[in-house]
Amino acid sequence: MTAALNIHDLRLGYQGPRGLHTVVEGFSLALEAGRIGCLLGPSGCGKTTVLRAIAGFEPVRAGRIELGEVLLSTAERHLPPEKRRVGMMFQEYALFPHLTAAQNVGFGLRRAAVAERTARVREMLTLVGLAEAGARFPHELSGGQQQRIALARALAPAPALLLLDEPFSNLDGATRERLTAEVRDILRQAGQTAILVTHNEREAQVMADRIGTMHNGRLSRWV
Amino acid sequence: MLGLSFGRRPEGLRAAGPLWRAATLLVALGVLAPVATLAWLALGADLSHWAHLLRYVLPQAALNTAVLLAGVGTVVLVIGTGCAWLVSSCDFPGRRVLHWALLLPLAMPTYIVAFAYLDLLHPIGPVQGAIRWLLGYDSPRQFRLPDLRSMGGAIFVLGFVLYPYVYMTARAMFMTQPAHLMEAARTLGEGRFGAFRRVALPLARPALAVGLSLALLETLNDIGASEFLGINTLTVSVYTTWITRSDLAGAAQIACAMLLVVVLLVLLERHGRRHQRFGSAQRMRAMQPRALRGAAAWAATTAAALPVLIGFAAPAAYLVWESFKRLRLGQGVSQGLVHSLGNTLALAMGVTVIAVAAGLVVAWTARSHGSMPNRARWQARVATLGYALPGTVLAIGLLTPALAFDAQLAEGLRLPGLPLMGLGVVLVVACVIRFLAMPVGGIESGLARIPPALEQASRLLGENAGGTLRRVHLPLLQPAIAASALLVFVDAMKELPATLLLRPANFDTLATWLYAEAARGTYEEGAIAALAIVVAGLLPVVLLARTQFRGAPDAGAPLSENLHP
Repeated sequence: MTAALNIHDLRLGYQGPRGLHTVVEGFSLALEAGRIGCLLGPSGCGKTTVLRAIAGFEPVRAGRIELGEVLLSTAERHLPPEKRRVGMMFQEYALFPHLTAAQNVGFGLRRAAVAERTARVREMLTLVGLAEAGARFPHELSGGQQQRIALARALAPAPALLLLDEPFSNLDGATRERLTAEVRDILRQAGQTAILVTHNEREAQVMADRIGTMHNGRLSRWV
Repeated sequence: MLGLSFGRRPEGLRAAGPLWRAATLLVALGVLAPVATLAWLALGADLSHWAHLLRYVLPQAALNTAVLLAGVGTVVLVIGTGCAWLVSSCDFPGRRVLHWALLLPLAMPTYIVAFAYLDLLHPIGPVQGAIRWLLGYDSPRQFRLPDLRSMGGAIFVLGFVLYPYVYMTARAMFMTQPAHLMEAARTLGEGRFGAFRRVALPLARPALAVGLSLALLETLNDIGASEFLGINTLTVSVYTTWITRSDLAGAAQIACAMLLVVVLLVLLERHGRRHQRFGSAQRMRAMQPRALRGAAAWAATTAAALPVLIGFAAPAAYLVWESFKRLRLGQGVSQGLVHSLGNTLALAMGVTVIAVAAGLVVAWTARSHGSMPNRARWQARVATLGYALPGTVLAIGLLTPALAFDAQLAEGLRLPGLPLMGLGVVLVVACVIRFLAMPVGGIESGLARIPPALEQASRLLGENAGGTLRRVHLPLLQPAIAASALLVFVDAMKELPATLLLRPANFDTLATWLYAEAARGTYEEGAIAALAIVVAGLLPVVLLARTQFRGAPDAGAPLSENLHP
């Protein structure tokens, strides 16, 4: 179910007072199904904008984004985010503060039958090693636990592609080391296609099969 | 002295003196006095009284009040939340104006809107006339809208002026909700509406509870609109029981029943405030509105403009037109109206000066972390509870102690009549109690913004506590004091129910002048009086729109605190 990602000659930008302000230009990449890719670069290089365009939160000015057989975005066509089967782990986790950990994980499974949903939530919580924490609210969890719940929530609906936006930047050094390896193993095990955005080179090397370096809105290498 | 710069607060610096504490205690007792009196009166009345009341008066009035509260609650929640969401999540023509214009109905007291709509929607009035003309009818017998003098009419009128309480709190909440929560919901398969229903709305629920409780307290306080529209609510029956039947014990009993509703609403509000910060703890990028195009854009503009049109523009235009007609006749303004204006300004001025002074005392004392921190805070909370007391309840509760005190005073000083009532002192006290929450809240948040280091510096430079208040805090507090003074002034100008019950003989304010005209059914100078009140009422709305919605991410709490009634 996990799918290959193809981005071709992408241009992104926003409408400013003096016309279109281009942020990303001539961006292309191909990522095979089941692989983990990484966009590496300093802040402001446009890597998060690319991620948000793949998720469907930024309009595409030119070029195209395809996921498997599905055309996600062109300048004319824009599939709404909820139809893309793209999951995302946000930098600040974005856990819903009014829902418990289990309810957060089950959020995207609304269309599933109750029994099926419960089973899937339990499976996901076990996968991230928090089987006992389901009844707790996000503010009762540590930073590392919140991060794992965010991962479980993003994986629960079995997305075709998972996006990770600086997922480890809010954690302290030791937790960060441990979780980086852990998340990589979970993604590998699930055969999940994923794109990670980070400015930390070490993180990129631990996590990714392919690394692209971004600078000033352009992808300089993709290996 | 070096210790001052370290973490712990120097107790000696912040403790308020015994005089301050005594003054705060006095204010708190003043607020409790009417409530205690009511309880005493209600318990003191004989049982047959209660039986009569329970059988004949309370059920109908209580049912009417319950239906009115439920109806107004539904209308304000739908309009307030809907408009707040529309303005927060979509961009459409006129959004930048409507964003603050949606607050305008706050300038319209409920009794003025009812007054205006009775004439506007009269069977031979302009609106129904226009509809008949469009449909080609020529007599009210062929076509007429449902009568405004009905429960539905009252819900319509009150709902369209009170929705801003919900709009404000909801808008502040939606403005501060982090965008990534909505985006997370979208990546998990929810559409725009689903993300609103499952994430934005539950997160805003505490804020909605606060706005709803304020709107319902206003509904409970309202006497003019219900009376003009012929709805016999608890408030109206308190008034008639005392004014027409001179039955103070009976009025006190009904007022006690209202207190129960007040307690429930205050609990709802407190509950909401406790949970309000829940969603906006992390300060993040806020939601960006999505540009609408074509028909959808104009539909959004219409939907957001309608409440402003019904709740403000139409009645305001009516008042301007009627005043203009009246003045053009060349008769000028009657002596009585000029007197009422003078009375109104004098009353509002007196209330403002006393309320701000009392607010300063209470806020300053509550801030102290001296030997009795809990007691000082507790007194401050009690002192600000008056806003929840409906004007009629407050007035009935104050009448007995005031009359007794007056009688003593008259005898002691050998004065004729009732000196305090006759001079309007009781009325001023009632208004101060009712509006004290605004200066206390405003000055408290002003004080919280003044860094303790300033006070420490002043004391190290040899200034004492009082001098520090005068030379450091008061100048820094000026904006907070001015803003709360404006709010109190305008609310005192608009006040109707307590004024009706406590005013001295032959003393009319603009509000009671309007009330008398509407009650008589003579529409003479009422529009001019109403217009004066609305114009004054616009000032605090402008102030709110400027301070609240401009990039203040925590707008939720201060907003509704400042604005309360």
